[in-house]
Amino acid sequence: MSDYLIIGNGTAAVGCIEGIRSVDNESSITVVSAENHHVYSRPLISYYLEGKTDLERMLYRPADFYEKNNVRLIYGKAAKLDIRKRTVTLADKHKQAFDKVCICTGSSPFVPQFEGLDTVKKRFTFMTLDDSLALEKALTKDSRVLIVGAGLIGLKCAEGIAERVGSITVCDLADRVLSSILDSECAAVMQSHLEKHGIRFMLGDTAVRFDKNTAVMKSGAKVGFDILVLAVGVRAETSLAAQAGCEVDRGIVIDSEMQTTVADVYAAGDCSEGFDSSTGTQRVLAILPNAYMQGRCAGVNMAGGSSSLSDLIPMNSIGFFGLHCATAGAYPEDAQVYEEKSADSIRRLYVRNDKLAGFIVIGDVSRAGIYTSLVREKTSVEDVDLNELKKEPSLAIFSSEVRRKKLGGVV
Amino acid sequence: MQEHYIYPEFEVMRNKDRCIACRVCERQCANEVHRFDTELGVMIADEARCVNCQRCVSLCPTHALKIVKSDCRLRENANWSDSTIKEIYKQANSGGVLLSSMGNPKPFPVYWDKILINASQVTNPPIDPLREPMETKVFLGKKPDDIRRDENGELITEISPQLELSMPVMFSAMSYGSISYNAHASLARAATELGICYNTGEGGLHEDFYVYGPNTVVQVASGRFGVHKNYLEAAAAVEIKMGQGAKPGIGGHLPGTKIVGDISRTRMIPEGSDAISPAPHHDIYSIEDLRQLVFSLKEATEYKKPIIVKVAAVHNIAAIASGIARSGADIIAIDGFRGGTGAAPTRIRDNVGIPIELALASVDQRLRDEGIRNNVSLVVGGSVRSAADVVKAIALGADAVYVATAALLAMGCHLCRTCQSGKCNWGIATQRPDLVKRLNPDIGSQRLVNLMNAWRHEIKELMGGMGINSIESLRGNRLMLRGVGLTAKELEILGISHAGE
Amino acid sequence: MKRVYVNEEWCLGCHLCEYNCAYANSGIDDMVKALKGRQIFPRVHIEGNDGINYAVSCRHCKDPLCVKSCIAGAISINDGVIRIDKNKCVGCLTCVLVCPYGAVAAGPTGVAQKCELCLSNSCGEPACAKGCPNNAIVFEER
Repeated sequence: MSDYLIIGNGTAAVGCIEGIRSVDNESSITVVSAENHHVYSRPLISYYLEGKTDLERMLYRPADFYEKNNVRLIYGKAAKLDIRKRTVTLADKHKQAFDKVCICTGSSPFVPQFEGLDTVKKRFTFMTLDDSLALEKALTKDSRVLIVGAGLIGLKCAEGIAERVGSITVCDLADRVLSSILDSECAAVMQSHLEKHGIRFMLGDTAVRFDKNTAVMKSGAKVGFDILVLAVGVRAETSLAAQAGCEVDRGIVIDSEMQTTVADVYAAGDCSEGFDSSTGTQRVLAILPNAYMQGRCAGVNMAGGSSSLSDLIPMNSIGFFGLHCATAGAYPEDAQVYEEKSADSIRRLYVRNDKLAGFIVIGDVSRAGIYTSLVREKTSVEDVDLNELKKEPSLAIFSSEVRRKKLGGVV
Repeated sequence: MQEHYIYPEFEVMRNKDRCIACRVCERQCANEVHRFDTELGVMIADEARCVNCQRCVSLCPTHALKIVKSDCRLRENANWSDSTIKEIYKQANSGGVLLSSMGNPKPFPVYWDKILINASQVTNPPIDPLREPMETKVFLGKKPDDIRRDENGELITEISPQLELSMPVMFSAMSYGSISYNAHASLARAATELGICYNTGEGGLHEDFYVYGPNTVVQVASGRFGVHKNYLEAAAAVEIKMGQGAKPGIGGHLPGTKIVGDISRTRMIPEGSDAISPAPHHDIYSIEDLRQLVFSLKEATEYKKPIIVKVAAVHNIAAIASGIARSGADIIAIDGFRGGTGAAPTRIRDNVGIPIELALASVDQRLRDEGIRNNVSLVVGGSVRSAADVVKAIALGADAVYVATAALLAMGCHLCRTCQSGKCNWGIATQRPDLVKRLNPDIGSQRLVNLMNAWRHEIKELMGGMGINSIESLRGNRLMLRGVGLTAKELEILGISHAGE
Repeated sequence: MKRVYVNEEWCLGCHLCEYNCAYANSGIDDMVKALKGRQIFPRVHIEGNDGINYAVSCRHCKDPLCVKSCIAGAISINDGVIRIDKNKCVGCLTCVLVCPYGAVAAGPTGVAQKCELCLSNSCGEPACAKGCPNNAIVFEER
């Protein structure tokens, strides 16, 4: 019997709860949630604004999830983590003891110190459900919206509110949209599609100064707006871990069992660094599937089971106004590129050392998971006709024997 | 020369209201009848290619298809029928011998259908096969004429080798080559499960099927393809094929294009060479010659296996059978003129040979008259279509029957009679891998087992009705049969009375 | 647990399974009415070429990536059967991105769908296996 503590109440926390309960049904689990909500699907906040989901359907797990898993949920912000005394102190001074803790604090928006930002009345970040609800209140049919940041968050926000506002301008210092996952050519396809839906872009240029309803750009241009959304980037929430003496880099440093450098302290999700097997580097892999898998892995290990993660890869499935984009893995410069293009679609495979290092598919993303599995499992594609594979992912690349196991066996 | 256009024999009727353009018909037709027209967005058909195999009809998920006989007819003429005239056109176009498949389709009398079976009433009560044991097992082979004892007065129980069958039915000869690997696998597996035998035909025994040896009859035909020591030893019995009902008096020809891969290896001839089975066995010109081959095979198999001699039912079949019965053969198989084939010249198939019913009755009678009936067992084939045909054959004097067409039907054959094209859409009479795989032996063998089990039930019911509880008691029991609509001569040959007598 | 298994050796590539699947999940009691003139979105698809074909549908993995990856928590596993709650799904297609079999796809409304073993329709047993003419798809315990 142990007392498990989970700090955070997002996807990694759910993974951790389910991980613990897959091994240990007896011990107590306490979750400290900084947000005053039952666990919800954070990536759905833009879909909420778009009307594709609602507060009830956004629940990441059913309403009775905590009860069924015998979890005690405390709303409050963890302020201090004392690892010697095995206690966490909340902002309201409430103290909670534990035997093992998993830090699932996620990340928070990075807001640069813009000059004059405090003169802007309607300014928002776009990270949490509360952010989304606050933004929603400000929206009017005529609002001019300026979104700073053309990454995944900024653009999903743009899509979410597109039908509810007058105009949207997105600016980004980078010269292209989705710069973290797409190169210029692929980004151009996505950008053109977004522009067809009324989104205006100012790229290679960004706001440097604000004066009430006007943004002054680096180029000197002035942009008038009613609502400002700051989606410049996110930072891993590592302060508690640092306090507890854990090694922290861009995120909390963990091993393949999600154990930090301090005994009995685990970390998972966006606040931590995972091992990106596609590049062989330790880095923050701030995507939901990895958060769940890390959380679950941490939970299993905390409860005395055995689990390790060594095949995490960056991957993204994102779509705007019906145009989907699927990416995974890395795009090494020395990779051989196999490409198939049409006016509104691109399929590109990056092959290095006879393995699929990564891929980008824009348009028809059907069966892209077959590509992803090749990247994740580092399957040799030496004998595969890559010119066929680039046209369409298919199990035909495997031998009959391999297929027999895949489709005829229990998996 | 421009060939005369002949209007297609069949028309594809597609119910446009039902067709969902799923294109299953297109994918399943090896004759390439169906095609999806991408411009029009509808399925269209080239009916000239249709052989009416009904594969498309069978697989169409919305039942939108039917194949009908074309009503484009030449002027009616009782003497010059439509098909006769079209055959003339074909030959005038091609200059070739017409080829056909499966059995004689002409309207000759079917004697099975003119024979009726007896049933017991009052004085000799019928037997309920569901309540009382009923024996359908038969042993084929030479039976002793009398009881013999040794010097101590003990019974001598040693008898000639026998072929034991759980019911008086065997799957008759169809070679690997004429039918597919999967068809053979289906037959072999079904025979094994049923406790009966199937027959390799003259194409040899594929190495994969040696495990079914105890339920296999291997054939030694005029081409001697695939015959070797292990082949003979693997079998339950060895059959010398002298003739075949569908094409008596002629040999066989499997074109070199079909002699590929496993077929070449199994037949023991080079790939691409034509497999020509001569019309005669070049070493058999007399009963004495036949006797030599019979005993060669007995020697080769250490007198452990019965030897079958298979002949086509022809005019003087009784005399021929009498000779065979004296050749040392253990079993005589007689194949009637309706027997099937993978390919035969149309004129031969439709005009040569005699009905099996008459051949059987006359052979059985002749062998009895000569006191040599126990020398051999009689197996008859050539269109045994049902359990009733089996019962009638047994009552006419057969020990067992051979069925092939019924077995093919069970496996999916729709009797389109174009086996010779090699494009069997049902995966039976083809060697094209994409078509062969259409017959999953799991299904094929199960359907064969189902069919035979159904027949076994029906045989028992018919026997029970007659008050007979063992197939052995039915054999040659012609009192159980009556003819209808037959001439005095026909009744005389069949050895049965007319109904009402 | 009974699953759908594929015997590649016997697949004829006739695509009947796709149509039977689309029909079974249409909720309409007549195949013609359900499918005529419509693009179908089956939950099983035939792959292959050069005479080799095989059907691909959800394997109902014991350790499913789709369940772990769903950003909406819309995919769950119950008694070994993986199902998508189409009310919760927002159509992000992350499941398509992670399924190593290519067995999840966007349906007609953009929401993800996949084989649910015909448990939610009136077919009673998987329509693909029931209608396969050559036992290339079977529904059995292994």
